[in-house]
Amino acid sequence: MGHTLIEKIIMRNTGMESVTPGNIVDVNVDRVMIHDIFIPFVKDKFEEMGFKKLWDEDKVVLIYDHLVPTSAVEDVRHFKIGDEFVKKYGVKHFHKADGICHQLMPQMGYAKPGNIVFGTDSHTTTYGCVGCFSSGVGYTEMAAILGTGQMWVRVPETIKIVINGQLPANVMSKDIILRIIGDLRSDGATYKVLEFSGSTVDAMSVSSRMTMSNMAIEAGAKAALFAPDEKTCEYSKVEMKDVEWLKADADATYCHVMEYDAKDFVPSVACPSQVDNIKAVNEVEGTKLDQVFIGSCTNGRLEDIKVTADILRGKKVAPYVKLIVTPASRSIYKEAVDAGYIKDLVSAGAIVTQPGCGLCCGRACGILTDGERVLATNNRNFLGRMGTSKVEIFLGSPATAAASAITGEITVPGEVKLQ
Amino acid sequence: MDKFNGRVWVLGDDIDTDIIIPTEYLALKTVDDMKKYAFSPLRPELAGQIKDGDIIVAGKNFGCGSSREQAPEIIKHLNVKCVIAKSFARIFFRNSINNGLLLIENDSLYDDIKNDEGANIEVTINEKISYNGKDYPIHALPDNLCEIINAGGLVAAMKKRNGITD
Amino acid sequence: MAMTIGEKIIARAAGVDEVKPGQIHTVNVDYLMSNDGTTHLTIDMYNNKLKNPKIADKDKLVFIMDHNVPAENPKTAAAHKKMRDFAKANDIKLYEGKGVCHQIMVEEFVKAGQFIMGADSHTCSYGALGAFGTGIGCTDFLYAMVTGTSWVMVPETIRFNLKGKLREGVYPRDLILTIIGDVGANGCNYKIMEFAGEGAHNLSISDRFVLCNLAVEAGAKTGIVEPDEKVVEYCKNAGRDAGDLFVSDEDAVFEKVYEYDLDKIEPVVARPDFVDDVIPLSQVGDVKIDQAFVGSCNNGRIEDLRVSAQLLKGKKVHPDVRFLIAPASNNVFLQALDEGLIDIFLESGVMVMNSNCSVCWGSCQGVIGEGEVLISTATRNFKGRAGHKNSKIYLGSAATVTASAIAGKIVNAEVIYG
Repeated sequence: MGHTLIEKIIMRNTGMESVTPGNIVDVNVDRVMIHDIFIPFVKDKFEEMGFKKLWDEDKVVLIYDHLVPTSAVEDVRHFKIGDEFVKKYGVKHFHKADGICHQLMPQMGYAKPGNIVFGTDSHTTTYGCVGCFSSGVGYTEMAAILGTGQMWVRVPETIKIVINGQLPANVMSKDIILRIIGDLRSDGATYKVLEFSGSTVDAMSVSSRMTMSNMAIEAGAKAALFAPDEKTCEYSKVEMKDVEWLKADADATYCHVMEYDAKDFVPSVACPSQVDNIKAVNEVEGTKLDQVFIGSCTNGRLEDIKVTADILRGKKVAPYVKLIVTPASRSIYKEAVDAGYIKDLVSAGAIVTQPGCGLCCGRACGILTDGERVLATNNRNFLGRMGTSKVEIFLGSPATAAASAITGEITVPGEVKLQ
Repeated sequence: MDKFNGRVWVLGDDIDTDIIIPTEYLALKTVDDMKKYAFSPLRPELAGQIKDGDIIVAGKNFGCGSSREQAPEIIKHLNVKCVIAKSFARIFFRNSINNGLLLIENDSLYDDIKNDEGANIEVTINEKISYNGKDYPIHALPDNLCEIINAGGLVAAMKKRNGITD
Repeated sequence: MAMTIGEKIIARAAGVDEVKPGQIHTVNVDYLMSNDGTTHLTIDMYNNKLKNPKIADKDKLVFIMDHNVPAENPKTAAAHKKMRDFAKANDIKLYEGKGVCHQIMVEEFVKAGQFIMGADSHTCSYGALGAFGTGIGCTDFLYAMVTGTSWVMVPETIRFNLKGKLREGVYPRDLILTIIGDVGANGCNYKIMEFAGEGAHNLSISDRFVLCNLAVEAGAKTGIVEPDEKVVEYCKNAGRDAGDLFVSDEDAVFEKVYEYDLDKIEPVVARPDFVDDVIPLSQVGDVKIDQAFVGSCNNGRIEDLRVSAQLLKGKKVHPDVRFLIAPASNNVFLQALDEGLIDIFLESGVMVMNSNCSVCWGSCQGVIGEGEVLISTATRNFKGRAGHKNSKIYLGSAATVTASAIAGKIVNAEVIYG
């Protein structure tokens, strides 16, 4: 009997000849990621459990991103504890102001095809973009992994999602994943894995795939995988021959198969206040906005900034509307500077902030108040996520966001050609 | 068989982790500092109303969203006896087990309790919930999860592994 | 009768031939600037304390959001919304996220000879272009907003005769800190600090901005540099005429005259927690730092960013230091992009902030924690100004701050240049 991608990864990791959904297995963890919000708790639990050393210093990555830059006096406490933890236990990989954890993990090669990676953040599913089984855990679970290098998992069922054909102009991978979440609903993939395939995803950049893996958690998924291809190998700096084993068998068993024709996708938004409350942009066109946010681990990459710059070049952000652009990492910011995109954005009146989680995590960089409405490219629009509970949050693609920033109302992205 | 009863607070579908504890309070030093803000985006008064031994009943996908373990910890620190929902999000589920917070899945109780005006239920662990003269069967937890709960949570299980006694 | 620059500007604003120190005059205000620190309070008073209020002249009003941009919590977001809605309803010029208020005022509006009030203490900066700028509170602002006028008691003028040129590696920040150290934090209380002499004319507009900006830290009502051709050129490049270039009459009466030889100025720092606790950089000792900041209305201009970039090129920020750089305005930011400075900052590990008050305001970006030490080009180092009440702030030039960020402790830039 054949196996899905996730089964293959778990089998390879555990040395088991076969696994089936529902099996409970202990996996060997290839890498873990801890971020600044949770490091104090991870440290406490780790020490309370009685561990004296990390199971492998080289496999631990600590990233500051939620609190960068600090916006409250207490924030610095997290840095102090993190700095101490790095020194005391010899953590090998440490980033203090280089960007968002989920961007850095695949970008820096910490999460590679076929790996099993856990992080103290729900959007750890992102690394599925390079065929890595990655998922979010809490800090107690993380503390146990740091000591043992292992974690139990229940082998999940897989939902196969096949997308074929060419996307219409102005439709981005964000529009695809929003539609899929709308179809699955917020719990439709709970404890399951999404496995993407088809000519549309084959044609996508790794960055575009990242957007889809990132948001899979919004349908409850444990992971969201793309089988590696040439683009993956180039991105992750691995040889194709080393990852050839990493593909689903033709006779693999799926709990559900969803098929899409790329031409049916349209620019879409998630409406307040659930990620699965999906509408076509044209259904809510004209909704007045106070702010637009482009950034986050979902859509803060170079291609997203390029799309934004292409739309904004020579134009101005609407009066009384604030456009905030937050690059996902330092290197992306630098590439965007070198390509002239940052100049385009600032000239158009955008506020370009320091790379980090920014507004997405609701701690700084554009918090809103009662009666305000924002269109954002990040992954969550939960009540109170970006300020008070009387803020309305719409989620959309960078193209939709950029077009809307110019008009000051939700707008179907027009002229710009996306490639 | 272990049995308890308690007053019920009814919440809706998709009670996400930002509702359970908004991000802006996550930098507070302790879970006790945070717990007064529990559920504040939805019902700011609720954290003050919940009494020891109360029970939360909700719809589908309770705990969806972030991996923040403060979410189950806060519910535990409010001394909520258990959360009964149609379904739970995955990370929240694991985090709850790891912190010894009892979660019970049940499909129909939520639909029958219209509001939380003084409703009271009885729970017989691994067997049933009783409300308004009606019984609602519940599944037993898988063995590996029972082991963690029986050990008193994951921290206690690891302490035992590392030979630490209190 | 002979008058000083400040007296001439007040006379012009009051519509009289001459004024004397101690007199009280009603003046027409050329511009009224208010930022997000207090505008929402002014609006509350306007709406709640006045009967049928009217704005005297909306064209004189400039609202600038710069202190908490973008907003870091719902409270500041609500203050911003109030300001934005009021500006929209009353057709008031509004700048949001475009830079620090004083930088924008100088870039866009200020002319020599103007009398400008701003709801911010560092409004005294406008003397860089030969204007009389002074800080006021919300109540004064409200009065000026509805009447178009205000009252002013004519201050005495203290003259600073500058000669020579600052040596390489010495900056206007060192000069003004030295002066404040000499005269004390209240040494020019309610006076005008007038900077003149060939030394003053040797200074660029940006340099003059630094001097006037910190005048309030010596207690002065304003600081004014004797305007000259450089002011004319600056305004011409900005697309406006330079206004009235007043200079003090030869027999004008100064309360005091100080002489400073710029060639003799050394790099200095102000120690925590007072701007007038100034010591030579060479005597600072071994001070480890946690954070460094280049920016603010005092030192966030292209000249400062160039100094930072020159030091940082090919080097890294010390691993134990968070180094934030915030351009003072989007124009500065764009210029820095063009010159490749932002590239150098990103390469060396600097956190490049959007143009705003940032660490200088200490409540939105780069807030420092308990026991931490910050070295900064900000305007003030008062206790708790940048975060925790038990944190410490040293003030110095962009060169000193940048060198310290690289070294991890306070050092002279010469140490980095080697």
